[in-house]
Amino acid sequence: MVDTDVRLGLSGSDLAIRDRTFKNDLARVDESSLTPDNCAEFKALAEAGLAGEVVLGKRFRDQDFLTVRKDRIVDILTTLRDDADCDYRLVSDIFGVDLLGFDREPRFEVIYSLYSLSTNRRIVIKAQVDEDEAAIDTVSDVWPAANWPEREIFDLFGIHFKGHPDLRRILMPDDWVGHPLRKDYPLGGEEVEFSHNVRGREENLPG
Amino acid sequence: MTMQLSKPLELPELARKNNIPSGIELERFIDPETDQETMTINMGPSHPSTHGVLRLVLELDGETVVNCTPHIGYLHTGIEKTMENLSYYKALVLTDREDYLSNLCNNLAYSMAVEKLMNVTIPIKGQYMRVLLNELERIASHMLWLGTHCLDIGAMSVFFYSWQDRDRVLEIKEHLSGVRTKTSWICPGGLRGDAPTGWLERVQEFLDYFPARIAMYETLLTNNPIWIERTRGVGIISGEDAIAFGMAGPSLRASGVNLDLRKTNPYSSYEEFEFDVAVGTYGDVYDRYRVRMEELRQSQAICVQALQKVIKMGPDSPVRTSDRKIAPPPREELDTSMEALIHHFKLFTEGYHPPIGEAIGAVEGPRGEKAYYVVSDGSNKPYRARIKGPSFYNLQALPTMVQGRLVADVVAMIGSIDIVLGDIDR
Repeated sequence: MVDTDVRLGLSGSDLAIRDRTFKNDLARVDESSLTPDNCAEFKALAEAGLAGEVVLGKRFRDQDFLTVRKDRIVDILTTLRDDADCDYRLVSDIFGVDLLGFDREPRFEVIYSLYSLSTNRRIVIKAQVDEDEAAIDTVSDVWPAANWPEREIFDLFGIHFKGHPDLRRILMPDDWVGHPLRKDYPLGGEEVEFSHNVRGREENLPG
Repeated sequence: MTMQLSKPLELPELARKNNIPSGIELERFIDPETDQETMTINMGPSHPSTHGVLRLVLELDGETVVNCTPHIGYLHTGIEKTMENLSYYKALVLTDREDYLSNLCNNLAYSMAVEKLMNVTIPIKGQYMRVLLNELERIASHMLWLGTHCLDIGAMSVFFYSWQDRDRVLEIKEHLSGVRTKTSWICPGGLRGDAPTGWLERVQEFLDYFPARIAMYETLLTNNPIWIERTRGVGIISGEDAIAFGMAGPSLRASGVNLDLRKTNPYSSYEEFEFDVAVGTYGDVYDRYRVRMEELRQSQAICVQALQKVIKMGPDSPVRTSDRKIAPPPREELDTSMEALIHHFKLFTEGYHPPIGEAIGAVEGPRGEKAYYVVSDGSNKPYRARIKGPSFYNLQALPTMVQGRLVADVVAMIGSIDIVLGDIDR
């Protein structure tokens, strides 16, 4: 581990604490890997010839996570939606994670949290997205529900969704620069427009 | 973990008899070829019927809505980013401020995610108290929805009554915690404290009083011809569409989809409670109203059961985990035990370090599935905290609902999906 993590703004004791817990917690984690035998979703993907797309399958605290490559994400999610054993017709949530602090490539994950109406199970599909080519196919044709969450990921992470019908910023103003939920986006104060207490404001700015 | 679903409740015959679409015919869309003139108006962001700072750009042909484009983000406060920079315990207070009408449900979803990461279980009394508080919160939230929804449509007097009832629940919360709304009373590890003296009696008093109030609201509205005329056949969304749009909660159930996380994926010992899930038939504004009114009755029934269970457990059983790494020791121990003092100090300065991994905590809030996805990198701050706002997904279905309807019905539809802008913009 490095002494300082400049991009995350961690140093000294913070970093030491993090590294210590990295090691200590390895023993406590009840984690197992998923295979087509113990996971119906993995099996459905394998039957559709998509097993090669799965990078990692993980079961952690009774939750299932499948990490996949992004290239055939539409096929993967359509299979999970239409397969009779899976029946993941309901999108619980779609969002992004920036893995900058984990020292891991690729940097981004687009996460599809799906809910099955017939088995009442939940599965989390993580699609890996590079920093250099931050783009992935849209799934707004698979679920209309994906429209806004994908706009939100575009807005807050700067990940482009190819084929999206209306890819605009959704939460931030249209002329905003940067993508706030990226880990290297600073957590700072906004410049104030009024000046009567501006000195006090400047002193109180974080960072 | 599955269990037998309860039979959906049948809505009375009256609802079916009155299935006459009000207003104009649905086919009145505009042909772009004919070059018919339309008018674009801006509704919101500061409009009394948009329930917050929602802006809708409506394209109208006369009184008919041709197109509707929602613009959101006016209440974006970056809660997810802020949570990433606070320790787990401090990030809890932000969950209150996110969907500010279902604070305790948000607390529970976040706490469940953190507890799953830390692998701790909560004493059974704490779980019952959580159920009790969540159902009280649902009553308070639905009371606010009922009042504002009726006010939008023009039934003004309901607002005064329902606000009174919401205030009673807020007073109960104030008695418990000293705070009326944003209590943060449910925290990772259990509850911040047990019920104070006289609190359980006060809840009992409210629960005895409340059924008559539900009956009163139903008398005012359910068979009221004006109310039926304004809501029946308005804002119809089919079950298939509702699923495709990822809708949640009463708005989804009104379209005939029987999904309630309290039944399908029971958490916090909900499997021990007896209650029914109300499911609608047509998915219009009236069905959404009926589903929520039935939910009030069911919530009251759950509260009665939870209260009995809590009373039966006695005042001495704990509501917090005894794991000192996640929950602080009782105040009186600090005077005598050095160990307790150290734990207390460590907990409120450094906090705790969940193992690397991620966890989802999902509860059935008043507006639908409220889910927190917490990623831990082993530090004392959540690496990423994602909040799933059910209102965000419910609002997505609004343009489909309003197309071809009258502009006066738009407020009825916004009210019926019960959006909270804090939940949408986060």
